[in-house]
Amino acid sequence: MKTFTRLFAIFFLAAFLSCNDGATNSSETTTVAPGENPAGGQEAVQDDESQKDVVKVAASSKDHTTLVAALKQAGLVTSLSNAGPFTVFAPVNAAFDKLPAGTVDELMKEEKKEDLQNMLQYHVFMSAQSAESLTDGQTLGMVNGDNVTISGKDGKIMLNNSATIVTSITASNGIVHVIDGVLLPPKK
Amino acid sequence: MKKFFLSIAPVLTLLILVNLSGCKPKSAADATGSDVASRVYVPPGKYDELYNFVSGGFSGQVSVYGIPSGRLLRVIPVFSVDPEKAWGYSEETKPMFNTSHGEVPWDDQHHLDLSQTNGEIDGRWLFANANNTPRIARIDLKTFRTAEIIEIPNSAGNHSSPFITENTEYVVAGTRFSVPLDDASGDVAIDTYKKNFKGTISFVSVAPTNGEMKLAFQLALPGMNFDLSHSGKGPSSGWFFFSCYNSEQAHTLLEVNASKRDKDYILAVNWKKAEEYVKAGKGRKQAVKYTHNVYSDSTHSATSTMETETTVIDVKDFPDIVYMIPCPKSPHGCDVDPSGEYIVGSGKLAALIPVFSFSKIKQAIANKTYDGDYEGIPVIKYEAALHGEVKKPGLGPLHTEFDAKGNAYTTFFISSEIVKWSLKDLKVLDRQPTYYSPGHLCIPGGDTRKPYGKYLIAYNKITKDRYLPTGPELAQSAQLFDISGDKMKLLADYPSIGEPHYAQALPATLISKSSLKIFKLEENKHPYVTMGEKKSNVVREGNKVHIYMTAMRSHFSPDNIEGVRMGDEVYFHITNLEQDWDVPHGFGVKGNNNAELLIMPGETQTLKWMPDRVGIFPIYCTDFCSALHQEMSGYVRVSPKGSSVPISFSLGKNSATPDSVLKKL
Repeated sequence: MKTFTRLFAIFFLAAFLSCNDGATNSSETTTVAPGENPAGGQEAVQDDESQKDVVKVAASSKDHTTLVAALKQAGLVTSLSNAGPFTVFAPVNAAFDKLPAGTVDELMKEEKKEDLQNMLQYHVFMSAQSAESLTDGQTLGMVNGDNVTISGKDGKIMLNNSATIVTSITASNGIVHVIDGVLLPPKK
Repeated sequence: MKKFFLSIAPVLTLLILVNLSGCKPKSAADATGSDVASRVYVPPGKYDELYNFVSGGFSGQVSVYGIPSGRLLRVIPVFSVDPEKAWGYSEETKPMFNTSHGEVPWDDQHHLDLSQTNGEIDGRWLFANANNTPRIARIDLKTFRTAEIIEIPNSAGNHSSPFITENTEYVVAGTRFSVPLDDASGDVAIDTYKKNFKGTISFVSVAPTNGEMKLAFQLALPGMNFDLSHSGKGPSSGWFFFSCYNSEQAHTLLEVNASKRDKDYILAVNWKKAEEYVKAGKGRKQAVKYTHNVYSDSTHSATSTMETETTVIDVKDFPDIVYMIPCPKSPHGCDVDPSGEYIVGSGKLAALIPVFSFSKIKQAIANKTYDGDYEGIPVIKYEAALHGEVKKPGLGPLHTEFDAKGNAYTTFFISSEIVKWSLKDLKVLDRQPTYYSPGHLCIPGGDTRKPYGKYLIAYNKITKDRYLPTGPELAQSAQLFDISGDKMKLLADYPSIGEPHYAQALPATLISKSSLKIFKLEENKHPYVTMGEKKSNVVREGNKVHIYMTAMRSHFSPDNIEGVRMGDEVYFHITNLEQDWDVPHGFGVKGNNNAELLIMPGETQTLKWMPDRVGIFPIYCTDFCSALHQEMSGYVRVSPKGSSVPISFSLGKNSATPDSVLKKL
């Protein structure tokens, strides 16, 4: 008898659910971090006519493969393909190589994603700042919430006295300043 | 327990059954069937199968829908000003509204025709007519913008337009309202209609390379009303067919006086013959005035030229150009089937649909099987031209299009239905109600040699209870049918922009891939372009102040301007430096007796401003461009007339900002 009741209940439930075809598919929730779009966001737009955005500028540079891999791992590609405007300080591969051995490998681990995001967001400033517009002693409030300080030294623009701007490239949605050091967010 | 369960089992069973039946369509009124939603559902991020261009009627514009979803993709401003897009408000677009009557800011846009090659849609241009102040516009399907507008002289009520020939050699324009020709005295008694009023049919040539239109020649005809028209094709190549009503030549109470005769006419025009005469130098050169307005994507500006001459062929003097075919009761639609053999006249007051045969028409002309003449034009005997009649098809036939399987589809205004019938045996095959009172219908490619078929869209004049009420004025509607099977099936209906008359549709892939994303900045030949922020400038020329301004996420350069004085005419020439798809910038000035600008990437547009008072005037970007859009603003200082404040301008020089770090290096 009990089995019968259960079977009946299952049948009843099945009949009820059968009406919901399709409508409930979207409620299948997986946790997605802010800015991450598993289906591909604006970076997936097919467009060979427009100027390159900051992500595409970095992706087209052979000196920025580490940065681009890190942006992908951190799920920041969709956000940086948005309208911006962004100022991106883009460390070259050699800058990452200067970090203590194993640092990058460690940050690329899934469980260190938040640290990686924090570090990369420390390289992005909202609004397009040309080199000319930067002033001595200026502090830039970066996307991760910490500050970067600008100074001039030996004919070069320095960030936090630890990295210099090597060259600047205008992108469709901002400016990429190529830098020779990785900016490390202040420890908390 | 068992007893209890058994007692409730029937109840549970009933519940299940009720619940299962709940999966079916809610009521019989949902006659569209259960799979309909999936037929019109285009998932987010997926493209529609077709573009559908819909005339805007009294809105003067053209709207673009995706089919089958019915999603509104765009409204293209054509004959009416549009402050949203600065169409008719920017200095660059004002000349597009110039006519021989001066600036005309509105029109009544009835019909559309897509350009064709070999009788098939080629996806280059869309032509649109203006009914009120006779004009034809050409819309570029790379930019979805109006590229050209030509005025038609000797005309009034440009209704049977802008239908094109098989290879887009010509786009035609026939008068709905006959009037005295432009060089005759128009100061005549209205009741001298018969003597003084003329109908004209204009042939406007279209340059095959860039689409530029030119008034090639005009046919002068007796006064009457031309309604609709279509080009011949295949065997009827070189011919054009026009429906005519008011052969009674009434000039008052047409409702009664133009509905007296049993038959009006379809006018068959041998345009190849007319073209030969014109090429041979025949015809009268007539002094007229009409404008030809062209928009350049290179200078991002329009120019308006006043043309002064036309060639008129009076058909009285050239008897082998036009023939008339009797057609029952004030025909509206005049539609040629894909084979080019059959011409369908839809007499809006007729109880039948006559189908004429082109081979019979040719035969009748060869044998002179005439039934007298109409003001000198041979009238072919009705029976001699007739393929047959569709008997009792419905009430108030208006317009017919075709599928690729030998079927015709006609709208019936009075009986509110679409009727499918066979061209071969003229039997009615199916009829479906519309909600309510359809005018035109559109089958993708349905007026070409190669109908795409599959869908039919009816354009309804009356919607009454179809949507949530919106006060006395209700939107008109489009109603989408699936015509792939034997029976037509209603899939969806949705409100439309303005009053849709004629519409066109084509497979999306014909134009989607060539759709322009940005204007290339390096190709910008605007006389006031600013090629980079460093070129920003403010120049005073007398009382004119020219501001060479740039827009870039997320600032204007310059954004602080002083030295403007009362009495100045200020021109903001704004170049959008962006080279990124879908990043327009907008521009507005407080108190400007003008519209805003929307400037596409790589484009320069100019907004005129005449300050009305002394003070500080904010300027800002009106199109959400970026995360710092709200910061994209600035100020203009206006000083009194005669003030000594010099012209000055800047960007980023805040009173408290220190020098660039680079200056220290």
